[in-house]
Formats: sequence, structure tokens, C-alpha cells
Amino acid sequence: MNPRALGEGMTATSSRRRTRGRIAYYLPAIAVFLGGLALWELAVRIFSIERFLLPAPSAIAGAFADNAEELLNAGLTTLVEAAGGFAIGLIAGLVVAFLTARFAFARGALMPFAIAANAIPIVAFAPIANSWFGIISPLSKMMIVALLVFFPVMINVVRVLTSAEPAALELMRSYASSDWTVVRKVRIPAALPYFFTALKVSATLSLIGAIVGEYFGGASEALGRIIVENAAFLRFSTAWAAIIIAAALGIAFYLIIVALERLVMPWHASVRGREV
Amino acid sequence: MHRAPDPIVRMESVEKRFNAGGATTAALSDIDLRIRPGEFVSLIGPSGCGKSTLLRIIADLIEPTAGKVEVNGKAAARARHDRDYGMVFQAPVLFDWRTIEANVELPLEVMGVARGERRRRRDEMLALVELSEFGAYYPWQLSGGMQQRAAIARALAFEPKLLLMDEPFGALDEMTRERMNDELLRIWERTGTTIVFVTHSIPEAVFLSSRVVVMTPRPGRITSLIEVDLPRPRNEATRESEGYFELVTAVREALRTAHGGTIPEAAPLVSDEPAGIG
Repeated sequence: MNPRALGEGMTATSSRRRTRGRIAYYLPAIAVFLGGLALWELAVRIFSIERFLLPAPSAIAGAFADNAEELLNAGLTTLVEAAGGFAIGLIAGLVVAFLTARFAFARGALMPFAIAANAIPIVAFAPIANSWFGIISPLSKMMIVALLVFFPVMINVVRVLTSAEPAALELMRSYASSDWTVVRKVRIPAALPYFFTALKVSATLSLIGAIVGEYFGGASEALGRIIVENAAFLRFSTAWAAIIIAAALGIAFYLIIVALERLVMPWHASVRGREV
Repeated sequence: MHRAPDPIVRMESVEKRFNAGGATTAALSDIDLRIRPGEFVSLIGPSGCGKSTLLRIIADLIEPTAGKVEVNGKAAARARHDRDYGMVFQAPVLFDWRTIEANVELPLEVMGVARGERRRRRDEMLALVELSEFGAYYPWQLSGGMQQRAAIARALAFEPKLLLMDEPFGALDEMTRERMNDELLRIWERTGTTIVFVTHSIPEAVFLSSRVVVMTPRPGRITSLIEVDLPRPRNEATRESEGYFELVTAVREALRTAHGGTIPEAAPLVSDEPAGIG
């Protein structure tokens, strides 16, 4: 029997069973999350912890409700900066990776600078980027993000592009295939898992980069600004609400990449997961 | 039996030296070999005798230092460009990101064969290696023996006249290996493809071949050619026949005398040594 037909003929029962399995899988995490929130709320009330040390979840929720519009707009600003910088860093990383993999001279010429760029502490670069690209312009934050994203993408892609399995190359040679065919049919697919690893790392890094950039100044409706300014005026509930939005955005960004990974490489070990 | 047609592989005075750090090693020396169309020829010898190197020279994956190599009546490089041979390695070298079907279609894709034709051929080949039910699977879902069968289907997909196999069953357990040997003979008889087969298992070489080429190391050279005239089709009875044991002994002795008659591990009955350059 054709196994593909078997897959299509998946019955309602088995898909329901799978949903139930998934809930069972996440249940402990959900329980820990809710339990943690309850403990936090209780601890703050019982020990009367000062608001500026640790606001209770209910206080944070209140701050969120009071400033919802401002917080969401700020989240959007930061997300645009993070995503824009992510795209710039990604493209730059890929271009440099392909150049260094294809041309030996590019490896010698570009690699040292790529490594040097990676060695720059991002906190040191942020104020300079702000003055170079305009403190108010989102571009300054994007460049900070791009610098963070560039390196993991570049180094991961170069590594696989230059290190294909010798037997795979011999096989392709036995078919008298062109270099370009080898790139398309072997090197790029083999690089994909590493590429996605880099993207997952970069997704989280990009939000960190954007917020660090904002700490050093910029338009006031941005998560980094809201955290800095509210903390300065001891409005910690609002600062916490902004932090939680930042975390949620980071997680959402990461999950989008994971979803994309599943779509692009259903064959890969990281995707095989719990199925079958 | 044959009407002595032109050889499909012709090697004359082939030599191969490798340079490593200023030192030159002679990997192959004085190789003269003719393989007739339809033959099943095994190259056997201990690790380091250059049998894999010899196979790669036929495949034009390595260039000889001296000598002449013709495949299908043309220079080896021309034959590679004309896709006159299929190759099977010790590892299956299936691509993880392709299903078994797509892996088998790979050479056809590279050669620009139209989609419908590609499908027809891969279905035919999967049927030939008895993997029809597993076309939609990914390589990691299959056992080692099944993966190697898929690799054979891929090598035969474009119907090459010559099949080059570099210790294809070396990584398999003995039971699976024997079953694969049976299947390979069935495929060989069905397709009429000429097979050049590298191995360091004497029983395997005798069971499969119409001719066994015995090689010795340092430098790798051919020391004897042993005709295997066991009746076909070969099967379990062949493995228990007297003629088979006599030929196994003959090959073992050829390996031993070639090796100076002193080193017993030169001729393992069942070898479990890891594959080297061979």
C-alpha cells in the first residue's frame, strides 16, 4: 500500500488523538506558568514586597490595561526595528557567506572583518550607530540589530557551503554535474538546517539589539524608551508590562521561524520531532 | 560464451602515485585490465592495495599518473561526461532532504530528463530493487540494506552500461550482505549491466563474480585473475557446493602467495576491517 495514501487517509480519530497528545505535552508547562503567576502574586501580597522591587502580576496587568495603546504602539515600533535589522543582517550575512564560499580571495579579504565585527560589544556600538544613522530614525536601531544578526548567519552558512560530504561531491561528479547544480542540489539543501539554527538565534538577538539601541535614545514610543523612562520614575509596573511585551514579541518571532522551518524542511531531524 | 566484443573497460600500463608532504607513494603500478561487456568482475585485496583507487580511475573521479584508460571505447573523462557508468559507494549517500523516489530521480534530474519519463524510470527501478512501497519514505526511515538498495536503484536509473560498486555491502551485517548479494545477481541478470565490484570479502567475490581480480598492496598491482565458472543462477546451493569452496580456497591462496605467504590477515574469510582507501 502506498504510504502517502495512508497519510492522506488519516482519520478524524487519529487527528483528535494527536491534538490530545499535544495538549498533554504542553500541560506541565502551562501548569508551571499559572502556578508561578499565582505564587508570585501571593508572595508580593503576603510579604508586602515594595512595588519598585517587584510589582504583583495584577499590578502589571493593571499597568498594561491603563497604557495599552502606548505599549502596543511601542511594541510595533520595536518590532519594525527588529525585523528591519534582521532582514538587513540576514541579507548581508548571506551575501558575504556566498562570496566567501565561492571565491577564496573573498575569504581572505572579508573573513577578518566579519570576525572583528562580531567582536564589537553591541552596547559599545549602539550610541555610535545612533549618531551615524540618526537617533530618531529607526534605521539606527536596525543597523545595531543587523550587526548582531550578521555574524551567526554568515558563519553558519559559510561553514556548510564549504564543507559538503566528499562522497556527495563524488556522486555529483560521477553525473558530470555543473558547479551550479552542485550548489543547488547539494550545498544549499545541506546548509538549510544550519541556516535555520542561525535564524532562530538571530530572531531573539534582533529584539535585544533593538531595545539596547533604544536605551541610548530615540523616539519615545518604543519598548526600550518606555522601560528606561518608567523605571526612572519608579513606575515599575509599566516597565514590567513593556518587558513582557518584548518577551512575547521575541517568542512570536522565534515561533514564526520554527513554523517556516517545518514548512521548508519537513525532512529534517529537528522537525521529525514526536511524530511517526 | 561471449563473442569477444570490444572491452567495456580497457586499462593499459596504468599507474597512480600520490604526493603527500613531499613523499611519493605508489598506489597503483603496472595495471593492465580488460573487462568484457556483461561481465561481473570483482577487485579483491587487502586494505591499501589500491582497489578503490582503481575503481575511481575507471570512473574518472581520480586521474591516473600514467597509462591509458578507456571506458565504452572512449577516454574515461568522455565516458563520465556521457554518463556511461553508474556508481555505488560504501555509504548509500542518499540525500536526507529527498524522499527515496526523489533520490532515485536525482541523476535523471541532473541530466534534464523530462518529469514523466523520470517517474516512469524511478518506478521501474524501485520495483527492480523491491522498494516500490517505500518511495515516499525518507532515507532515515529505512534500514541500511534498504538504503543501499535505493542507492543501486539510483545508479541504474539512467540505464548505464557499466555499474561501478565500491564495497557497497561492506557496512552491512553478514546475513543482510548475503541477501543483498542474491539480489544484486538477480538485478545483474535482469539488466545485463557490466559490474565492477570492489570488496575485501573472498566469499562475496567468488559468489558474485564471473572473474576475480586479485590485487596486492604497496604498490597496488594485479597478481592474478581467477575465472569463476560456477553455474548460474547462483543461490544457497552454490554457497554449499564443492566448486565454491575450491574457488574460495584458490582466491585465498592467490592473496596469500601474492602477499609473501606470511601475513594471515591478508585473506580474511569474513572481514570486518573498516573501509580505507582500499
